[in-house]
Amino acid sequence: MSRLSTRFSELKAKGEKALVCFVTAGDPSADVTVELVKTLARAGADAVEIGIPFSDPLADGPSIQAASQRALETGMTTAKTLDIVRRIRAEVTDLPLILMTYYNPIRCFGLEAYAKAAAEAGADAHIVTDLTPEESEDWKRYSAANGLDTIFLVAPTSTEERIRVVAEISSGFVYGVSRTGVTGARADVPVELQGIVDYIKSHTAEPVCVGFGVSSPDHVRSISAFADGVVVGSSLVDLIHRERENPNLQQLVIEYVSGLKAATRA
Amino acid sequence: MPEPVTTVPSSTSLPDSRGRFGAFGGRYVPETIIPALDELANEYDTVRDDPAFKAELAYHLKHFVGRETPLYFAERLSELYGAKIYFKREDLCHTGAHKINNTVGQILLARRMGKPRIIAETGAGQHGVATATVCARFGLNCEVYMGEEDTHRQALNVARMRLLGARVRPVTSGTGTLKDATNEAMRDWVTNVRSTHYIIGSVVGPHPYPMMVRDFQSVIGIEARRQVQEAEGRLPDCVIACVGGGSNAMGAFHAFTGDPSVRLIGVEAAGHGLDSGRHCAPLTAGTPGVLHGSASYLLQDADGQVAPSHSISAGLDYPGVGPEHSYLKDTGRAEYHAVTDAEALEGLQLLAHKEGIICALETAHAVAYLKHMGSQLTPDTVVVICLSGRGDKDMDTVVKALNLTA
Repeated sequence: MSRLSTRFSELKAKGEKALVCFVTAGDPSADVTVELVKTLARAGADAVEIGIPFSDPLADGPSIQAASQRALETGMTTAKTLDIVRRIRAEVTDLPLILMTYYNPIRCFGLEAYAKAAAEAGADAHIVTDLTPEESEDWKRYSAANGLDTIFLVAPTSTEERIRVVAEISSGFVYGVSRTGVTGARADVPVELQGIVDYIKSHTAEPVCVGFGVSSPDHVRSISAFADGVVVGSSLVDLIHRERENPNLQQLVIEYVSGLKAATRA
Repeated sequence: MPEPVTTVPSSTSLPDSRGRFGAFGGRYVPETIIPALDELANEYDTVRDDPAFKAELAYHLKHFVGRETPLYFAERLSELYGAKIYFKREDLCHTGAHKINNTVGQILLARRMGKPRIIAETGAGQHGVATATVCARFGLNCEVYMGEEDTHRQALNVARMRLLGARVRPVTSGTGTLKDATNEAMRDWVTNVRSTHYIIGSVVGPHPYPMMVRDFQSVIGIEARRQVQEAEGRLPDCVIACVGGGSNAMGAFHAFTGDPSVRLIGVEAAGHGLDSGRHCAPLTAGTPGVLHGSASYLLQDADGQVAPSHSISAGLDYPGVGPEHSYLKDTGRAEYHAVTDAEALEGLQLLAHKEGIICALETAHAVAYLKHMGSQLTPDTVVVICLSGRGDKDMDTVVKALNLTA
């Protein structure tokens, strides 16, 4: 059983929904990223997405774009991101780690070599933002052979036929994109969301987590009413950047994340 | 003057149904816009052989764009190089470049799909102007993303777009050039996809764009192929075009791809030189990768990060290239070379002095390649060069580069 499915079973038994947190590898540094992920786990994150920075993140809003650019400027690479995963995994054995990136960096690494290296480093799953089911055959072959889940996204614009395709191919969970648009914190949760999540759930046994624009305990609470989990990214990335010089950074992250986690408990 | 031929060839074997040109092309985009790409592909599939659509397109190409454009025999340049050199005068299209062939086609599709809002990316500003022009003509809202650096070096085109009623959005993210403007346009599309059609300006992006833009631009080669036969009684020996994203080149090449005797030569921007690392020559000096929705040759570092590009020509300043060019390169059907900023400036001056035509800096790369052909040019060699655009927009850059103000 994969770490992700173990985690979702545990949460179900406890009557909780999953809190998935996102950080960009290397922002502000590899060492801080390692510490942050451990802190996130302590604060109640049920899984962590680690972003491999890419020069042209066209699905990301200003927060994650800027974080990616900062990380690249510190010299972060795909291989160094896997080093971060390795260091975290050496200390945290049960936290599901999801790598999030775009297709070009892993394609450039070599899909087979990359899947092997990511699995060896201790990663559990991938989200490849610009890789749709139709183009994923090669990647799926190597990721599956190395025991890695691949999480695909369903968008509010997805037709019922496409939702079925994505629900079928996605493993680990299905990522429900809350709204049309790029990543980034927003003020509210779209009203049509529950219907989409319900439709996805009628086509897959995998959990459905919702992200894009989720930033407050209120958002988390309202989405937790119908989804299996929520993904919080940009607002956390912003907090980390804003407080990067603050000696209490880890404490501030604990406060923010534990507040979000509390909202996943019914 | 004959009626303009339709730009939509009735049958082409590539790309396949998934938008693949061999190993290149495809669709690498966020899930949110897949339904819009499906809708666009279906709509295009419906109209490409529809006589009513073809007639509508032909009407606008004739009466609004001013087609067909002349195939002009460049007498003095021919004397200089000892060959028969013809220019396909896309600079004489309304708005001053070939870009409008595509925007007219796409705006007609957008209207059929009922999209009230148009977005576009632009580098040199020619595609932005061509998009703003058709939006004004058909009464649709228009926003154009343009790298901030480009808004300065192509200030005239920014003014033209604004005069035409478009909103120009300067892009400061990344390197502030065409690549980043394209990222920003994609982000807008992902956000506003239900109301918005994205008019991509080159043969790049996710399927169906590379195919569709090629088809709309193929009028260049279809006309030129007939015109050169009327003039010379035979096909040309080579067709030369500059390549950034590659739309004027694809448009010029497409009608000739089935003529094995015709050499197809694409000329990329070598910037400060291929060895300098500051260039825009992915076909000549790049490696396969994925950017902006398709697999193609790309300038990238060892970690798969897209490398900054440089060219004196804003329209060629792009690290990627259309997937069909990658396919034509790998199959050997077309050949690709690169000329430097300095050579392009020489080409621009040569054409101005010898033929009285001030061409765009993009086009000047194609002109500049002639001097590299040496003994390949003989008095019987017939060369067709796609004169993709006029040079007014580049005057500031050229004046500075050549110290013409003194």
